[in-house]
Amino acid sequence: MGLEQFKNRNVGTQNYKMLDLGETPKSGWCQFKQVVKRTFKGELIVGLWVTFREMINALFRGQMHTVKYPFEKLPISPRYRAIHDMLRLLESGHYRCIGCGLCEKICISNCITMDTRYDENQRKEVSEYTINFGRCIFCGYCAEVCPELAIVHGPRYENASEQRASFSLFEDMLTPIDKLNLQQEYDGFGAVSPNADDNIKPTPLAY
Amino acid sequence: METTLVENLPQVTWVGSLIKAVLILAVISAIAGFGTFIERKVLAFMQRRLGPMHVGPYGLLQLIADGIKLFTKEDIVPQNANKLIFMVAPAITAATAFVALSAVPVFPDFTIPEFIPLLGGIFVPSIASDLNIGILFVLGMMAAGLYGPLLAGMSQANKWGIIGAARTAIQFLSYEVVTGLSILAPIMLVGSLSFVDFNNAQSGGIGSWLIWQQPVAFVLFLIAGFAETNRTPFDLLEHEAEVVSGYATEYSGMRWGMFFIGEYANMITISIIAAIVFLGGYSEGGLGWLTIILKVGFFFFLMLWVRAAWPHVRPDQLMWLCWKVLMPIAVINVVITGIVMMV
Ligand code: SF4
Ligand code: SF4
Repeated sequence: MGLEQFKNRNVGTQNYKMLDLGETPKSGWCQFKQVVKRTFKGELIVGLWVTFREMINALFRGQMHTVKYPFEKLPISPRYRAIHDMLRLLESGHYRCIGCGLCEKICISNCITMDTRYDENQRKEVSEYTINFGRCIFCGYCAEVCPELAIVHGPRYENASEQRASFSLFEDMLTPIDKLNLQQEYDGFGAVSPNADDNIKPTPLAY
Repeated sequence: METTLVENLPQVTWVGSLIKAVLILAVISAIAGFGTFIERKVLAFMQRRLGPMHVGPYGLLQLIADGIKLFTKEDIVPQNANKLIFMVAPAITAATAFVALSAVPVFPDFTIPEFIPLLGGIFVPSIASDLNIGILFVLGMMAAGLYGPLLAGMSQANKWGIIGAARTAIQFLSYEVVTGLSILAPIMLVGSLSFVDFNNAQSGGIGSWLIWQQPVAFVLFLIAGFAETNRTPFDLLEHEAEVVSGYATEYSGMRWGMFFIGEYANMITISIIAAIVFLGGYSEGGLGWLTIILKVGFFFFLMLWVRAAWPHVRPDQLMWLCWKVLMPIAVINVVITGIVMMV
């Protein structure tokens, strides 16, 4: 298809499809007939029935849509990018981060600050690691670049607090050592939600 | 319920009327408040929400929380407003709504038991003041109630308020004719303006309800009643999407609450009138007062239901509807009723 159709600015010469809007009443008698027809068509009653049906559905068929948020929470997608978590190695319990500095380098809003040093065994250890959540845009690059799957996005999306610093220390993000068995792997950006099958609906073909 | 026949009634003293008036004020205010709760719940269910849930079981105490909020809120009077009228206007709405209720039968009549000191043995009537022109009085009072929004809108030095007031005038001009004409046909049939006579005329069971003889008048009266109470298809005065809050834009706290209570009291009044005039009133069968509560409840529910389902009309559409459609139908209805009665 060429571009001619789009370049034609002469309104009115294009191929418009006219919708069938019915007849516009011409005389007073036609107007009157239209009013009578619309009055007795019962569309208002249909409207009443629709809302009543919804009420029955909501009350007796369990289709109430309200989620009482602080008490009930909907599951979030595994792709969701919330406050970061620092994961631990499952075997030793040591933190996974090797202090490579890739996340600090890639962070596009420059909000990861880290420092490393040699410990007594001449191994590299992370001495400082903070994320400034006032600046973080939750782009997820840090989690994607991390070679050790150490920094990931966790499920903590409720990040209202007196100050963002409450989330941002290494210790705050690190999996608590006693909760190591509960540590969740990050499925990554391509992950589908666990209930993805249920969310699939057949394509409506009746258009 | 023969006790409602006038000749069987004990003497109504002024103390009885006073007690009745206080009762109406207290109970209807409470019911009006409760009505807001019901409204929010019903609307919520129809939109598949839960509505108020957290104050008390199923949110039942929300009413008290709202009351505290309304009473303790700061009462703001805008600088350029006409202060006196601004402050009096809500009282007009609330007062006329309750005055209208004084001529409607609201609860069953009863005699205060003898063992209560001071008040024992006093007969409390079902109608605070049983006028023989009850319907006329009630409709007149409810019409006068529109002075509330009208004056409120004009006095508050606010554009939205002015538009709201103008719309009040339009609405007033439109529905008042229809209300009068539509209820004229049943009045002709019964030959009285008293609610008690209406009730007695339909005491022969469901078959004798006036709605079967006057279905057109019933529908017209319902439509006009919706307009009279500013309910949804005709809530032009305060439609947020168009005029912020119309006549109530500058009101806060208890003054706004008085408009609210007035509106709900009017809804109850219209429901009672419709139930008594068209649906047989309160004394058929042995169930008596339970049936009228059910009928009034149905009309109240209908108002909420309609609010959930229907869009509202433009002011010019309201005028068109009332003057060009409803009024001719009402006149034709009255004429046909007259012809049938003559033949
Ligand atoms: S999510 Fe993006 S902005 Fe936030 S710390 Fe990671 S790389 Fe930086
Ligand atoms: S990219 Fe991963 S391993 Fe490297 S410093 Fe960041 S968190 Fe540690």
